[in-house]
Amino acid sequence: MPIKFSILLNKYKLKYKPLGSIAVLIEWPKAIEEPILKNISIFRNKIHADMGEYVLETVPAYNSLTVFFDTSKIKYSGVVSDLKEIYSTKDQKLLTAYKLWKIPVCYEAEFAADLEEISKHKKLKKEAIVKLHSKALYDVYFIGFLPGFLYLGGLDEKLHYKRRDKPRREIRSGDVGIAGNQTGIYPRVSPGGWNIIGNSPINFFDLNVFPPCFAVAGDKVQFIPIDAEEHARIRQEVESGNYVPKSEIYG
Amino acid sequence: MDNNILILTEGMQTSVQDLGRKGYRSFGVPISGTMDKYSAILANKLLNNAEGLPVLEITMVGPKLMFEDHTLFVLTGADISPELNGEPIQMNQVYSVNTSDVLSFGKLNFGVRTYLGVKGGFLTEKVMGSHSFYDGITQQGKVKKGDRLKIASYENPLEVTSSKIKVKPLHFSTTKLEVTKGPEFNRLTRKQRDKLFSMKFKIDALNNRMGYQLKNKFPPVKNNEIITSITIPGTVQLTPSGKIIVMMRDCPTTGGYARILQLTDMAINQLAQKTENDTFKFDLESSFEFLGRLVSRFRE
Repeated sequence: MPIKFSILLNKYKLKYKPLGSIAVLIEWPKAIEEPILKNISIFRNKIHADMGEYVLETVPAYNSLTVFFDTSKIKYSGVVSDLKEIYSTKDQKLLTAYKLWKIPVCYEAEFAADLEEISKHKKLKKEAIVKLHSKALYDVYFIGFLPGFLYLGGLDEKLHYKRRDKPRREIRSGDVGIAGNQTGIYPRVSPGGWNIIGNSPINFFDLNVFPPCFAVAGDKVQFIPIDAEEHARIRQEVESGNYVPKSEIYG
Repeated sequence: MDNNILILTEGMQTSVQDLGRKGYRSFGVPISGTMDKYSAILANKLLNNAEGLPVLEITMVGPKLMFEDHTLFVLTGADISPELNGEPIQMNQVYSVNTSDVLSFGKLNFGVRTYLGVKGGFLTEKVMGSHSFYDGITQQGKVKKGDRLKIASYENPLEVTSSKIKVKPLHFSTTKLEVTKGPEFNRLTRKQRDKLFSMKFKIDALNNRMGYQLKNKFPPVKNNEIITSITIPGTVQLTPSGKIIVMMRDCPTTGGYARILQLTDMAINQLAQKTENDTFKFDLESSFEFLGRLVSRFRE
């Protein structure tokens, strides 16, 4: 299980690039890995704490962080030098805490249009696929693409499976899919080419609360298998506004 | 009493927009907002409104709408032969209307997007700090026949506004779009860079609030897929098959293609007034020159 840890912020050689005239794009080495995710999260928190005066918003991705600044208060070069100073602070040990979100998912046939196909193709029993998919702890790298879409890392290699040749016109809200080396949850009805193996009855984006997404970059996610009956029960709770996403805090 | 505008026919893509939904990108929420900010701000300025008030964005085919109470309004941007109660009216000119006055549109003369500003602005639902329509964030992505759009009540019928300005035709006709280098610009070879700035680009039928695809095939670039990273309105992406896509105001917050250029905000405004088969060139400018011109344009 996760342990408490501390890391040094200044451990990567970063690149700073302008994004138009309104933002600084900070780039880490080209890799999708947990140490980079942690490093970005810590740097991001420091930026909000130390540069809040003119930083409007920050947007993390796998190996980048974009800092939007108030152009009426500071110039690009000023932002970059402040960022470099914060990042290079010597001997700075920082602790990070994160939440592990327990996401209920029903993998039963009515919610898993493509589970059979993956099972046949991979010569893996459906139960084995569900076990592998729900055993892993996935890292939340960032949210993008659609409001509330979590970019997750950590799908078991045995479950890597190509995107569908023909995308579906409509994928249900909460559908859990696999595409290549990624797994993810559709936060709303949308067309899509992912292979659907289950459905979560909970909402991943709620307009009426702040923040609208319960998970943040740096958190982890685990899928908890539930049956159709429990799916319906949780769905009812969600719809009546009584469902609270379950999480454990670490770090 | 509430003041409304009743939508009699909806037009092609009509929506309420302001300057956008800021601060929610890290939750995957697009910025949205008026495609041609310059024309939208102008509408508000002509009405002595705050420049960021919500306006109605009209696209190529105008709606037909009825004012339910008196107000002042102005139309900026594309000229779609506007008529008030069947009589032709001017662009960029403030008009006063009364109960049951009907605004309609005809032939598209120039441009693509028209802005209808009203005194005090539109008062449709505000979600996450913005009135901008975006399907899934607001209840609807565009207005529909029969909708009643709430607008500010007009308290001061004696106010005289005679503001009329001349908009530079270049805003609509320019064939040069100002850009800065994108994060992956350096992956282009010398030859490709030359081509990028000499080639005449043609807009594809796939052009909307999310993005504009270009018809030209551009030589594919080595390693042009990137690890998914940020995209913002104006980001110019090059796909592995050599397609160029310019992201617009409703674009997703992240993408996986090489970002070779970045349009300036004024260039986004100008592209928003172009459509299928219109042509342009990318023009690499220093940002300082651009800012200088931007300031002087708004002063004019």
